[in-house]
Amino acid sequence: MKILVTVKEVAEAADDFEIDGLDIGEQYLEYDLNEWDDYAIEAGVQLSEEFDDVEVVSATIGPERSEETIRMALAKGVDRAVRVWDDDVAAADLDVAAKTRLLAAVAAEEDPDLILTGVQANDDGFGATGVSLADELGFEWAAVVNHLEMSEDLSTAHVHRELEGGVDEVTEVDLPAVLTIQTGLNQPRYASLRGIRQAQSKEIAAKGLDDLGLDADAVASPIERTSMYEPESESDAVYFEGDADEQAAQLADVLTEKGVVGE
Amino acid sequence: MSADVLAVAEHRRGDLRDVSFEVISAGRQLADALGGELHLAVIAGNVDDFAEKLNREGVDVVHTVSDGAEFNHDLYHGALEALFADLEPAALLMPNSVNGLDYAPAVANALGLPYVSDAVDFDYDGGLEATREMYASKVETTIAVEETPFAVTIRGGEWNPTEEPGEAAIEPFEFEFDADAAGSRVKGFEEAGGGDVDISDAEFLVSIGRGIEEEENLKLVEELAEITGATLSSSRPIVDNGWLPKNRQVGQSGKQVTPDVYLAIGISGAVQHVAGMKGAETIIAVNTDPNAPIFDIADYGVVGDLFDVVPALIEQFS
Repeated sequence: MKILVTVKEVAEAADDFEIDGLDIGEQYLEYDLNEWDDYAIEAGVQLSEEFDDVEVVSATIGPERSEETIRMALAKGVDRAVRVWDDDVAAADLDVAAKTRLLAAVAAEEDPDLILTGVQANDDGFGATGVSLADELGFEWAAVVNHLEMSEDLSTAHVHRELEGGVDEVTEVDLPAVLTIQTGLNQPRYASLRGIRQAQSKEIAAKGLDDLGLDADAVASPIERTSMYEPESESDAVYFEGDADEQAAQLADVLTEKGVVGE
Repeated sequence: MSADVLAVAEHRRGDLRDVSFEVISAGRQLADALGGELHLAVIAGNVDDFAEKLNREGVDVVHTVSDGAEFNHDLYHGALEALFADLEPAALLMPNSVNGLDYAPAVANALGLPYVSDAVDFDYDGGLEATREMYASKVETTIAVEETPFAVTIRGGEWNPTEEPGEAAIEPFEFEFDADAAGSRVKGFEEAGGGDVDISDAEFLVSIGRGIEEEENLKLVEELAEITGATLSSSRPIVDNGWLPKNRQVGQSGKQVTPDVYLAIGISGAVQHVAGMKGAETIIAVNTDPNAPIFDIADYGVVGDLFDVVPALIEQFS
């Protein structure tokens, strides 16, 4: 069985930042593994530990810098990685359809039985690539999965989808399938020192559009970001001033006044 | 292609969800900008009953698809593809709900439509211009879509639900759906969590978030809850880490709460969390980041370190 895990390097903004044109200034951004993808990696690695002959391959669309994040996935137990990037990809404003085409081309080469992705990325929060990819590949899928068990013969995934309001939907999904993973599905492991050392010798195959049999049209997009700005604060909160003791005293007064704490 | 909008309603276990009435408002706004009609689709379940309830002001036609009892993405995918081909609308509008996440991207891909998710506002002037958030709600962006038709999903709670009754035509829509061929099967529902505490009944909630950093630090907040007689709840990361059971989680995927006082400690105020607690009568937030979104909805704010403020508050009641 082969499992493909999509891994995205996401940018996180500092508490204080400035916008430079259509994005937050580079000096205010830090790059990290997307939180939801961390759970997807863990799910893939756990399946490889539970069943025999499972290979876990990660796929990333990202510049050379993202190899640091990819090494993190490799250190956690991913067997090898594919990274897609070239000048045309770098110049494009990648929308869901473009990402779908790139990842579908990787999937066509790898021929996985199961694809795991995070539900969303915590930079752009689009929440769409996994399900779009499933449709493109003609795979089955389930979105927002917070519980996963595979059938013994690895033909069916038994999943819970986390609906709103504390209710799970219980669903069976035939493989091949794409599952988009919600946080809380498992406890992502920390990379061990041994894992980090081993990751250095694992393969990260760099691929451009040519290698995937695509041309620049594959990343053309009718969608364009036209502005970015800080939303105006809507806060009309009364702030408690002073040091922690003074703030606590004022807070205690409010709690007493509201009648939720006795005198 | 017409200038019409096709919007999709949502229901679960026999009840229409609030977002169904919000997509009517958003759909009407978009249809007015396009100069077309608003068509609403309701798929599976008791569609005749749903159609009556969805017949609100601004809706021109409600299309009912009577296959299936509950949400199934293969059914929604097939029905919307067929309905879209039939109506040739300029826009497909869907909720950015959990089920929306499970069918909208697939439908957009199958129809080859440009796709924008989780819009909090939009405008149309020859092309869609959608407003979205990025970087954990720290910034807003506008996204221009050059092509029409397009698909867009909207965030719940951003449009006021349409309340007034309407004069829509109700039209059954039939298409061929082979349920046996579907590769996914919904087997039922399970209530998540369990336990004997119902945080939705509490008058005073002390709620803890990612700012608590380590499991052992929870003791501090438990002590505060005990000394003030509050009930302990949390945001999602605390439950994801297994530090508190699921029945303590406040938010979109947890419980909706309406206490007299909600004391949010170390909670940044992600939109999914706010969806579960904005009904609290008084909201008090403690956070080190003065720009944390939780302060936008708080009545009282403490900009400070919870590891200083909480012990000082415990001292106040000792």
